Amino acid sequence: MMDKLKQVWRVLAKPSVHYSLGFLTIGGFLAGIIFWGGFNTALEATNTEEFCISCHEMEANVYEELQGTIHFSNRSGVRATCPDCHVPHEWTNKIARKMQASKEVWGKIFGTINTREKFEAKRRELAEHEWARLKANDSLECRNCHNFDYMDFTRQAPRAAEAHSTSLASGEKTCIDCHKGIAHHLPNMTGVKGY
Amino acid sequence: MKTVKQNVVKMAALLALTSSAFLATAADKVIHEDDFATLRGTAITSEPTPPPLKNEVDHKGTFGRAFPTQAPVVPHKVRKYQVNLKVNQCLSCHDRSRIKESKAPMVSVTHYMTRENHFLAQVSPRRYFCTQCHVAQDEAKPLVPNVFIDVDKLLEAAEAKKSAEH
Ligand code: HEC
Ligand code: HEC
Ligand code: HEC
Ligand code: HEC
Ligand code: HEC
Repeated sequence: MMDKLKQVWRVLAKPSVHYSLGFLTIGGFLAGIIFWGGFNTALEATNTEEFCISCHEMEANVYEELQGTIHFSNRSGVRATCPDCHVPHEWTNKIARKMQASKEVWGKIFGTINTREKFEAKRRELAEHEWARLKANDSLECRNCHNFDYMDFTRQAPRAAEAHSTSLASGEKTCIDCHKGIAHHLPNMTGVKGY
Repeated sequence: MKTVKQNVVKMAALLALTSSAFLATAADKVIHEDDFATLRGTAITSEPTPPPLKNEVDHKGTFGRAFPTQAPVVPHKVRKYQVNLKVNQCLSCHDRSRIKESKAPMVSVTHYMTRENHFLAQVSPRRYFCTQCHVAQDEAKPLVPNVFIDVDKLLEAAEAKKSAEH
């Protein structure tokens, strides 16, 4: 075993005799592009709603619930999909979220949430991750669609205008502080701030 | 010969009877829509297409009350608020502990009372499902005319009648 490894290392460490430096550089560059492209393609493919709900746990619980909400059907016909709210647009943030999501796939494989009951039991914990994330990034995903600067308070419902022109405008609160449960059913909320 | 004739008569009678029974049941099956018209506006035998959901009204300020013990109607939309075993979103604004921040009116003290008039620390279970008593409003046309008269009007009328007599 050790011998084999040493042999491989020797080959790798030896300067190339058969290929020119130019070939190696360009080849490496191309391979890099292909790898990079493939990586991003995989990233894009897993960044669609179809992918999210191809998993039964998501389709039967959160997707089902989303359908009754304003983010699924509304007068303007604009739809929010799972990645719109759950995956950051910026690349580094996106990768970080994907790595976190791998853990959720783990949950799928080992069936930690494979029934409605198990999902409900786990929901508070899952929800808290999302609240913490949105709180930390000042509700970035919401703001990708809802831009505070273009909110016309005079056109909002009285209670909405009141809340938005005070705590939101001053930066004291962010969307998720006041708008929990806008897309899915809420878990037991005892002890959550604001409930 | 006689028996044959008798049999024919018997058969005819039987035929008449069964067919009349048939006719009678057929007649029973015919239900005239008008006879059964109800508040829903269509016959009881047909399933109407439901009208589209109305847009609930968002009103600034209370709608007031028609009598002192009336459960006030809700001046805002309620469709998006979840009320179940796990969470009561109405209370996230209307509970005693929340009104300072939400600037909503507190549920009145009756909501904290048991049937025996004991006070509880939290909203009483019998007042938990808010929309049982408090309803959101929309611009719908009333199905039946409302003949309610405010008690103040009745008192005024009685007063007027009294002074007219004197
Ligand atoms: C893909 C774009 C998109 C994203 C992302 C998004 N929204 Fe929305 N949101 C909409 C649209 C479209 C509407 C409906 C507008 C209409 O027709 O009134 C809406 C409506 C709402 C409403 C009004 C609810 C009602 O019943 O009137 C709230 C509150 C809201 N969004 C909060 C949020 C929050 C909080 C987030 C982040 C977790 C978020 N939105 C993310 C597009 C989005
Ligand atoms: C201080 C609490 C608070 C914060 C922070 C807040 N909202 Fe709201 N928002 C409300 C209230 C209260 C309403 C009206 C009642 C309701 O919809 O539940 C409302 C209503 C809305 C509506 C519906 C408007 C209408 O006219 O019906 C939208 C859309 C919305 N919020 C989006 C947002 C977004 C996006 C953010 C973050 C940029 C945000 N809100 C932050 C309290 C808040
Ligand atoms: C409009 C934004 C929005 C959309 C669209 C959305 N979510 Fe969510 N999601 C949230 C928020 C906010 C939370 C945090 C919990 C809460 O407030 O309900 C959450 C929580 C979750 C949770 C944790 C469990 C829970 O219910 O709290 C899962 C799982 C989830 N979402 C999956 C999905 C999937 C799958 C889709 C697509 C079918 C989706 N979400 C679409 C905003 C959204
Ligand atoms: C986002 C905070 C909020 C939530 C959630 C909320 N309300 Fe309200 N509610 C208010 C405010 C603020 C007012 C006062 C409105 C005004 O005066 O313009 C009000 C007024 C009312 C009133 C009228 C009181 C009166 O004296 O006329 C009733 C009844 C009511 N709400 C019931 C409900 C019910 C039932 C729910 C749940 C389905 C609910 N509310 C959820 C904020 C809220
Ligand atoms: C069994 C019927 C019933 C239920 C359930 C109920 N209420 Fe009431 N509510 C009333 C009646 C009747 C009044 C007016 C008389 C009184 O104050 O008791 C009232 C008054 C109110 C008021 C006005 C208080 C004030 O002092 O102006 C608010 C706000 C209110 N309710 C909110 C709620 C909320 C929120 C819930 C759910 C947690 C709820 N109610 C559940 C019957 C009910």
